[in-house]
Amino acid sequence: MSTTTATETHTGHAEGHHDLGFIRTYIFSTDHKMIARQFLFVSLLFLLVGGILATMVRWQLGFPGQPMPLGGMLPDTMAPGGIILPEFYNSLVTMHATFMVFFALMPLQAGVFGNLLIPLQIGADDMAFPRLNMVSFWILPVAGIIMLASFFVEGGAAGAGWTSYAPLSSSGEWTGVYMGQILWLVSLTVLGFSSILGAVNYVTTVMNMRAPGMTWFRIPLATWSLFVTAWLLLLAIPILTGGLILLTFDQTLGTAFFRPEGSGEPLLWQHIFWFFGHPEVYILILPAMGFTSEVIANRSRKPIFGYHSMVIAMVAIGFLGWIVWGHHMFQSGMNPLLGMTFVVTTVVIAVPSAIKTFNWMGTLWRGNIHFDTPLLHAVAFVSLFIIGGLSGIFMASAPVDIYIHDTYFIVAHLHYVLVGGSLFGIFAGITYYYPKMFGRMMNEGLGKVHFFLSFLFYNMAFFPMHNLGVQGMMRRIYDPNQYEYLQGLQPMNTFISISVFLFAATQVIFAFNFLWSLRAGKEAGRNPWKSNTLLWATPSPPPHGNFPEMPIVYRGPYEYSHPDHDEDFWPQDDPPATSGSGGQPAASPTPELVPGD
Amino acid sequence: MSDAAVATMDRKPMPGMKVYNMKLGMWVFLLSEVMFFTSLIGSYIILRFAHPDHWTDPGIVLNVPLTALNTFFLICSSVTMVKAFAAIQQGDQKGLKNWLLATILIGAAFVGIQIIEYAALSSEGFLPMLDAYHAVGRGNPHEGPSLGGPLYGATFYAMTGFHGAHVSIGVLCLIFVYFRARSGAYTEESLAGVEVIGLYWHFVDLVWILLFTIVYLI
Repeated sequence: MSTTTATETHTGHAEGHHDLGFIRTYIFSTDHKMIARQFLFVSLLFLLVGGILATMVRWQLGFPGQPMPLGGMLPDTMAPGGIILPEFYNSLVTMHATFMVFFALMPLQAGVFGNLLIPLQIGADDMAFPRLNMVSFWILPVAGIIMLASFFVEGGAAGAGWTSYAPLSSSGEWTGVYMGQILWLVSLTVLGFSSILGAVNYVTTVMNMRAPGMTWFRIPLATWSLFVTAWLLLLAIPILTGGLILLTFDQTLGTAFFRPEGSGEPLLWQHIFWFFGHPEVYILILPAMGFTSEVIANRSRKPIFGYHSMVIAMVAIGFLGWIVWGHHMFQSGMNPLLGMTFVVTTVVIAVPSAIKTFNWMGTLWRGNIHFDTPLLHAVAFVSLFIIGGLSGIFMASAPVDIYIHDTYFIVAHLHYVLVGGSLFGIFAGITYYYPKMFGRMMNEGLGKVHFFLSFLFYNMAFFPMHNLGVQGMMRRIYDPNQYEYLQGLQPMNTFISISVFLFAATQVIFAFNFLWSLRAGKEAGRNPWKSNTLLWATPSPPPHGNFPEMPIVYRGPYEYSHPDHDEDFWPQDDPPATSGSGGQPAASPTPELVPGD
Repeated sequence: MSDAAVATMDRKPMPGMKVYNMKLGMWVFLLSEVMFFTSLIGSYIILRFAHPDHWTDPGIVLNVPLTALNTFFLICSSVTMVKAFAAIQQGDQKGLKNWLLATILIGAAFVGIQIIEYAALSSEGFLPMLDAYHAVGRGNPHEGPSLGGPLYGATFYAMTGFHGAHVSIGVLCLIFVYFRARSGAYTEESLAGVEVIGLYWHFVDLVWILLFTIVYLI
């Protein structure tokens, strides 16, 4: 392997560059773009792990008690003869959610795109703390290996659900899982440091390292979303860490913080978990909202509708996310009066969410829409987020929640938000930013096939789950057929499982497209989407140090189809004197209102 | 330090942010530390309100005078930290080194006294474990009746233990800063390391004042 770094071709940087060697370039890199790529590959692998676990869960539900294809390869403690054991099923459900939430969706959004977009969109040459950034990445595979290793210890992996409610999680005698639960706790505690270090980096970078002229209200919405996400990570993760450590003490030292047999409070765990858990929900969706905003404005060739209200809505969601955690606990023995306040605060979140949704539709309205893969994924995000948001209102009202709590209705809801929302948003982000990351375009035809099949199979898989939930099928159940009233649901469960397998198979198209385009994709050039943000003012992929010279920002990020400009896009760093036709009155590095408001 | 790091240090921030990166980063990190201690203190509050019978009156089990002395030490170490920073602001290398050394020694003394306190308390049966908790109170014979309950011990060790860990990490960082100071790494213009570790140290001190009040005095 050559020691010359592939990306270093810039000329103007004062320090110049020297060859860093293979290890410093590809493994222990401090370059934010390389770290973004490392995050991308590792978290896509964890997405694959989470997906495999999901298909195993669905095999059991779709074909209960039948030997799983290739299941014979699993040891007898998991699936003797390919038939999944109930204990292993608990582990599957728990670890599927854990991998998807903590090891796939969080790093895919905050890790990959926080690193890629923040410095490039604000015109910085790297993160504020590049070495902390490297540490932040390397914690992820370490934590992931600990988590994966828990499958192979005695008793198997954690089986108390990804929420790990005490007392199920505080003592091995309930689940039969001892070491696995401790490894789960240790892994997530370790992973928390990755998030906190990343968040410190993102917040400092956005606040301190913007290029001249990049005022707060000229920051692109993707970076705004990541900035709000970074604050949520910064403040929510330590709460979880505290709880995880106390639960670890219960498991290992024999304390009784959450163990009722020692006067501990199991409800305290739920409060800690959901006080972290609800900001976490927005950590998992805000970045996707950011990519969607970028893609929709760009592919509609229109300024984003209501830029300021988009920013304010994100900040409002970030704030309101802190005072709604009780809506996860209506069924946990909470005072109904307190429940009522949580109902109100939760429903209030619908307001900023609706503002964003209508703004996306307002942006698309009468736009010059280019129906390519990123836009399709972004529009899918909006539509599925609407469905997920509306089903959320069912759960948010306590009287309804009493009937559908912990049923497949909540499974449907959360998959509409986290797969239909976050994952389609991530696909929009990956397909849109791929050219900047790797210098090549992804294949458009394969991308469209992947999108349409994913969208179809996704809805076939998850929409019927609403129905299962309303009919009383509880979540995390190993075999619903043990109840007579659920036996009639077996055909629907089988249908869902087949849809999930097809959805999973469809992702092979994405994986192929992703890997094949690395080498064979069309050369992207600097700005394939004709976008305005500083990200696209650099070569693809950007060189070490990003910008040959310090960019100066003259306008907001969504100046598409501006009447005073010949082309239908007007980059943020395009100096007013050399571009456009006729008189442009307002184009100076001083702060100004962003048109579109 | 990598090239990229050097390059980012020299950049002029956007007008409005007048704080350099390391200092801002430390402030942001300390916010996350605030939330960590919030989770511990919040758990303490809920457990104590739910089970007041697990706690005793102040001073019966815990050694308040010794810890008050320790608190005084820690506050003194904040003063010496301020003096170290003031010294390097004046370009006083000798003052920087001496005040840093004083801060390190007092910080280490705090941890040492805490370890002695833990040893005494655990020998009196004040333990975090549910099965082993049998606190008899200070100076009482061991076969006396148990005072309070295991939640008292568990929350005590969790809160003071994590604070002690923070102090220990602070002492290690201060030792690092001290050796850098001895090699003349800090000047009037370049004193970020001293200022940033100072912020952390004052934060740890502030948390202790809160914890001392909650855990020992109430």
